[in-house]
Amino acid sequence: MEQQRAAGTIGMWVFLVTEIMFFGGMFLAYTLYRNAYPAAFASASNHLDITLGAVNTAVLIFSSFTMAMAVYCTQVGKRQMQILSLILTIILGLTFLGIKTVEYSDKYRDGLIPGKLIPGRPFNPDLLTFHLLPGASIRNVEMFYWIYFAMTGMHALHMIIGVGLLTVLLIGSVRRRYSPEYYSPVEITGLYWHFVDIVWIFLFPLLYLLGRHLAHGG
Amino acid sequence: MEEFQIPPPSKVNYLNAEYGLKSWLLTKDHKRIALLYLGSISFFFFIGGIYAMLIRLELLTPAGNFLTSTTYNKVFTQHGIIMIFFFLIPSIPATLGNFLVPMMIGAKDLAFPRINLLSWYIYLLGGLVTIYALLAGGVDTGWTFYAPYSTTFSNSYVVATGLGIFISGFSSILTGLNFIVTIHTMRAPGMTWFRLPLFIWAHYATSLIMILGTPVVAITILLLAFERLAHVGIFDPAAGGDPVLFQHLFWFYSHPAVYIMVLPGMGVVSELIANFSRKNIFGYSFVAFSSLAIAVFGFLVWGHHLFVASQSVYAGMIFSFLSFAVAIPSAIKVFNWSATLYKSSISYETPMLYALGFIGLFTIGGMTGLFLAALAVDVHLSDTYFVVAHFHYIMVGGTLLAYLGGLHYWWPKISGRMYPEGWGRFSALVVFIGFNLTFLPQFILGYMGMPRRYHYYPAEFQVLHVLSTAGASILGVGLLIPLLYLLWSMRYGKIAGPNPWHLPGLEWRTQSPPLTENFAHTPVVTWEAYQFAPFEEMEVVGKFGESRAEV
Repeated sequence: MEQQRAAGTIGMWVFLVTEIMFFGGMFLAYTLYRNAYPAAFASASNHLDITLGAVNTAVLIFSSFTMAMAVYCTQVGKRQMQILSLILTIILGLTFLGIKTVEYSDKYRDGLIPGKLIPGRPFNPDLLTFHLLPGASIRNVEMFYWIYFAMTGMHALHMIIGVGLLTVLLIGSVRRRYSPEYYSPVEITGLYWHFVDIVWIFLFPLLYLLGRHLAHGG
Repeated sequence: MEEFQIPPPSKVNYLNAEYGLKSWLLTKDHKRIALLYLGSISFFFFIGGIYAMLIRLELLTPAGNFLTSTTYNKVFTQHGIIMIFFFLIPSIPATLGNFLVPMMIGAKDLAFPRINLLSWYIYLLGGLVTIYALLAGGVDTGWTFYAPYSTTFSNSYVVATGLGIFISGFSSILTGLNFIVTIHTMRAPGMTWFRLPLFIWAHYATSLIMILGTPVVAITILLLAFERLAHVGIFDPAAGGDPVLFQHLFWFYSHPAVYIMVLPGMGVVSELIANFSRKNIFGYSFVAFSSLAIAVFGFLVWGHHLFVASQSVYAGMIFSFLSFAVAIPSAIKVFNWSATLYKSSISYETPMLYALGFIGLFTIGGMTGLFLAALAVDVHLSDTYFVVAHFHYIMVGGTLLAYLGGLHYWWPKISGRMYPEGWGRFSALVVFIGFNLTFLPQFILGYMGMPRRYHYYPAEFQVLHVLSTAGASILGVGLLIPLLYLLWSMRYGKIAGPNPWHLPGLEWRTQSPPLTENFAHTPVVTWEAYQFAPFEEMEVVGKFGESRAEV
């Protein structure tokens, strides 16, 4: 059983490596285009709601804490705290997704959904209210928003899967399936959840914090 | 050498332990899953072969009169997609690897048996989606899906085909994940890393590439699909995007992918060479580490597909240098195999014929790769039939031959029966002759300037094309014969017994076909890999031409 527990953990780590490679392609595209169009990217980044992004970051970091608590409680047999921690993690995950929904609908309202993703509502921001930094072209701003939606969308998809896994764990915990004798699924899901958190830690500064010094100055 | 007692064979084995469709479709037994894969990839190989036949038929005459241009584009595209993603990439790992990795390390199964079954279902789903796309109208972008044709201008089923490939990529990832964890955590007592058969080292290296490379093609296909559906512009210059970015992302996976295709074949060849020359592989650790080196270096050379694609000359120089470097570990293997053969006790059974064929044909394929890695030469040869001949020498002359050799070698273990040796040797010869007749003229065609992916050409190229098509039909026959006699042997072949080749490998120290749990008792390994008896005590082989299995 110990060998199977170790094998499961190694398996999850290997899977997380594949996830790094998966997100890596989009990080590459981001790097190239940010390097090519710095002004456009800074303009677009300024327009994202930094408060919501920061709140989301705090929510996720705290959810990683509650997830670690869930793993610990399972390992030592504190069933009440285990269940409570899992519930908290799920709530925080859903909060994150809720805030993301608010952000996405704001983008929709402002006509910032790129390309023909929404048929009939092409990319069309109000250029009077959308502050374009000098040297920025609106086409490249659209590229930023494409990368923004691709990366945060993929991230959100992984969060949804994570919340699903946590729900399975919650039901299992209520049914006394996970205990100090068998906590491997909780531990492995914890690894997955921490990974999703870390991807967001990279996404937040790269997407939300570009050119913020320019926002206040100009 | 300690005698490892094989318990008296039980009448029950993995094939008859349970009956019924459900017991196969819901199996967790890695051996049954290997057979499920064997059937599926043979099916896809057949489809890919039909496309090949259509290509060669069209190229018999200089005018493009058998197929329209668009249809021809679809035919070569689909030939490539089916052969690469649905035959070559899974072939050896999913069939021989799935069957043998647990057995060679002394385990009962892989680390994650249900994930193994899931990987087969995912492969099937991907295959079905792709077949739907083919039947609905096909895709004509070339298997390389270059933007902007694939993103904007093609009117074919790019997204559907891409989806099929995307799905099947997860099958690859899960197989690689399974192998890595298994090899790390489930080796039998005494099976240290350096007692592992080289087949295992090769599959470990392949699995590293699978898990690191496949996710990149997954995201690339997703980005391509979104660009096509939502017209966003990540690869579109009008929107500030870059079509060459697609090429970089695509080849970052697809170059390592060719090492996914060839490394398992090299693992098989190491087994065949050592075992059919009754000698420990010369330079075992060099061969083992060269597999890892190929995996690592393979990730550093993708730019050699972009030499004429507006990549910077300086980047081109670096990629050219690295492409020469990646040939070194492969050459190390060829030298070590040759040194193994020297002064050894060679017998020329069918698997050995395929292995020897591999060494020769892979060497030709590899060396022509070096011509292509040279920047100036590549300018002339890029997108010509020289490239086509180069990769077919490695993928068919290399991987396919290794796959056939391995299939014949382990057939007694898999089925409990021997294949008919005379027919085996005959088909190996037919395959070898047919293959060379098909692809050797293509080197000349390419050098003379025949572009790839064209279906009409100047009349002076016709002789070579006719030779190539003739060879293709011979090759087709040579590949059909084993299908027939292997199926025949499952019922009428000679009963093989646990170790018909009299070899020391761990997989031969259990009954054929094996029990579901492989070994009656967990083996304790106290011997090195390929530990044959001292030379003086080696049995004398029968007359030249007699199979060891008959002696």
